[in-house]
Amino acid sequence: MGEKILMKGNEALAEGAIRAGCRFFSGYPITPQNEVPEYMSWRLPDEGGTFIQAESEVAAINMIYGAAATGIRAMTSSSSPGISLKQEGISYCAGADLPFFYANVVRGGPGLGNIAAAQGDYNQSVRGGGHGDYRVIVMAPNSVDEMGNFPKLCFELAEKYRMPAMVLADGILGQMMEPIEFKFERVDPAKLPAKDWALGNSAGRAKRVVKSYDLREGELEKINLRRMAAYRKIEQDEVRFEAKNCEGADLVVVAYGTSSRIAAGAIKLARDKGLKVGLFRPITLWPFPKKQLAGLAGKAKKLLVVEMSMGQFVDDVRLAVNGAIAVDLYARPAGIPSAEEVMAEIEKACQGIKAAPAATAAAPKQRGRPKGSKNKKTKAKRTVRKRAARKQAKRGRKGGRR
Amino acid sequence: MMYQGIRISGFGGQGVISAGILLAQAGLLEGKNVSWFPAYGAEMRGGTANCSVVIASDEVSSPVVSRPDTVIVMNEPSLAKFEPLVKPGGLLIINSSLVKSQPTRKDIRVVAVACNKIAEEVGTTKIANMVALGAFAGATGAVSVDGIAKALPKVFKRAKPEMLQMNVTALKMGAAAAK
Amino acid sequence: MQQVNKWPSGLVNKPLRYCPGCGHGIVHRIVGECLEELGIRERTVGIAPVGCSVFADEYFNCDMIQGPHGRGPAIATGIKRSKPECIVFSYQGDGDLASIGMAETVHSAARSENITVIFINNAIYGMTGGQMAPTTLIGQQASTCPRGRTVQANGYPIRVCELLAQLEGARYLERTSTHTAAHVIKAKKAIRQAFQNQIDGKGFSLVEVLSICPTNWGLTPLQSLKFVTEKMMPMYPLGVFRTPDAAAGAATEGGAA
Repeated sequence: MGEKILMKGNEALAEGAIRAGCRFFSGYPITPQNEVPEYMSWRLPDEGGTFIQAESEVAAINMIYGAAATGIRAMTSSSSPGISLKQEGISYCAGADLPFFYANVVRGGPGLGNIAAAQGDYNQSVRGGGHGDYRVIVMAPNSVDEMGNFPKLCFELAEKYRMPAMVLADGILGQMMEPIEFKFERVDPAKLPAKDWALGNSAGRAKRVVKSYDLREGELEKINLRRMAAYRKIEQDEVRFEAKNCEGADLVVVAYGTSSRIAAGAIKLARDKGLKVGLFRPITLWPFPKKQLAGLAGKAKKLLVVEMSMGQFVDDVRLAVNGAIAVDLYARPAGIPSAEEVMAEIEKACQGIKAAPAATAAAPKQRGRPKGSKNKKTKAKRTVRKRAARKQAKRGRKGGRR
Repeated sequence: MMYQGIRISGFGGQGVISAGILLAQAGLLEGKNVSWFPAYGAEMRGGTANCSVVIASDEVSSPVVSRPDTVIVMNEPSLAKFEPLVKPGGLLIINSSLVKSQPTRKDIRVVAVACNKIAEEVGTTKIANMVALGAFAGATGAVSVDGIAKALPKVFKRAKPEMLQMNVTALKMGAAAAK
Repeated sequence: MQQVNKWPSGLVNKPLRYCPGCGHGIVHRIVGECLEELGIRERTVGIAPVGCSVFADEYFNCDMIQGPHGRGPAIATGIKRSKPECIVFSYQGDGDLASIGMAETVHSAARSENITVIFINNAIYGMTGGQMAPTTLIGQQASTCPRGRTVQANGYPIRVCELLAQLEGARYLERTSTHTAAHVIKAKKAIRQAFQNQIDGKGFSLVEVLSICPTNWGLTPLQSLKFVTEKMMPMYPLGVFRTPDAAAGAATEGGAA
């Protein structure tokens, strides 16, 4: 805690992780995240920790799998292609309920792409990323300060729910320098509570097994249902977001990470011109701030999503508002928009608002899961099924006429 | 409200990257919001390097300065690349020791400083970047020469005192040349 | 009366579900006995692979972790570096260790991770139903080389011990077999040594065990034992290939004449 220092995002991430008690890092070089392993390579041994440059991302994530199984705070980082290689291991960690922290300093893709900042790994991050049915907690910093302060949150959430947690950054956040203040006390790993699942010394207790498989009839589903319940709780309790000038705004720009910074600059320009524009920034991308976004529907007249991808993030925004408000998209797949360009999109979107009546009238009455007894649920299901059947029949008739 | 978006560009080895960090550090010491962002990776392998610096009273939105208020051009190829980006009414600082072409725009202020020549007079051409930073401080007042001098030991942690002193001299001579 | 045989404390007292005649049971018992005899059971963490011995996490009576196909040595690295006081072993088959996991095998040996690797070489993929392994012999039939492995189509089998013997970091390499009682005793000696090396901080130790797979070889157990001596050992000669004290050793039994 204390003084503001000028640091690179990647270095802030590494230092933040160490201060949060990380004592194991394994990784493989890839631009634009190389400062993370480089920093760890000299800093971790000083703290009594382990740094390993692995032979591949695949080996790196499996070293994490082993290290995390001993209960140590373990971390890896990479950039897009490397994160793809790590997905199998991340899936194993999720399946074995192992907490660990990783960062994706996203670059342009697909394939080798380029090394500039991009947001094309959104879907991969928020939908789990690897094979199987699982989630990881995804935090999206938009400053060097958050790059340094989020690793601690990630470790804590990962351990609380026994699952992987990640920082989704990009080349700009990794490479830029900004002042940072570490806003937490250094964590002493020796003082962290012992984990009753960690492998190691089994004297005086039954053997422990860390595994992600269960071949017994029906058992895997039970495990997945338990995990699903935990995910629902996380969706309720762990959502983080930032809303700026959203009250009374006609247009709310929705963006995360670097896009949200650029959007903030554009919004400043727009407000100087008298346009009522606010900014909504999800900080956790999973859990996604669904309710909070849906809450904007009755207030603002339109949302404008700005993302450095083709339209991945916008899907979640649209799911959240469920048609209750118009959602425009400004997509820059592997492009970095300027504040002026975003400003032009804001003006375009605002013109649309003047021309068309508020979209709120078209809002469906209800969203979310129907509450109440099981009977009601079945009834609702039945209605849906009936409707679908009717539609099917209609389509059939039409087809017949043709 | 104060905002300065700066682009510094030159050959690899001319110290444009460290000059940018120094500028951001100086801005931080003077209580401003700052950011620094380099052209990195493969982009740097071609022999030219550049970085973006923002010094502002408000929060910095994008750290990538696409329309700079000030461009500092340390070599010939950088002039062609960055002159068109300067905001109308903005500032173009040229290292006239190495840049022989003339800028063509009439809607910007041009300050030409013989950075290498002045640096050589101080002791070594290695500190031509400091002359350019001095010129920036002198021409804009966005940061002070004193502020940059105070930032020096924070950025160059292993520099010898006499080297730091030469840097300060170069800063001052650059500022004087820009006035 | 003196008890001459008992269930080793290093193995969970339950029946193994491997196929009749399978070699895993013998090697499991050897490892279980070593954990007991060396007094390391309570500080040992074992890694079960993907393959038939995926169930090893149920059988060894110590902390266990089951990991992705081929990544045992990387997982072992993570555990050992995080808990150096633990004894860490990775139990792997030929597909796991010498095909998909070859990079992890070679690099953990190159780094001389202070771990013990038990390598079961039965020249076939068992769990998935008898496909070609990196150690399948030339001419040997498998479900993905039904007319027999050919050099032209499939290349040559890999001799893991000989390959790793090139690495300074590979401190102890021995190839053993379990096709006779005498060989089982030798295999146990080797595996015990591989654990002792780790206790003594000697670095990377690997013991390869030629093992039979009657089910996927399509042979009876007796024919399978003969297959080891007649077909496998000429390609995979038994012997010590490296010890912590001496550089490369030499084959002592088998090998092409």
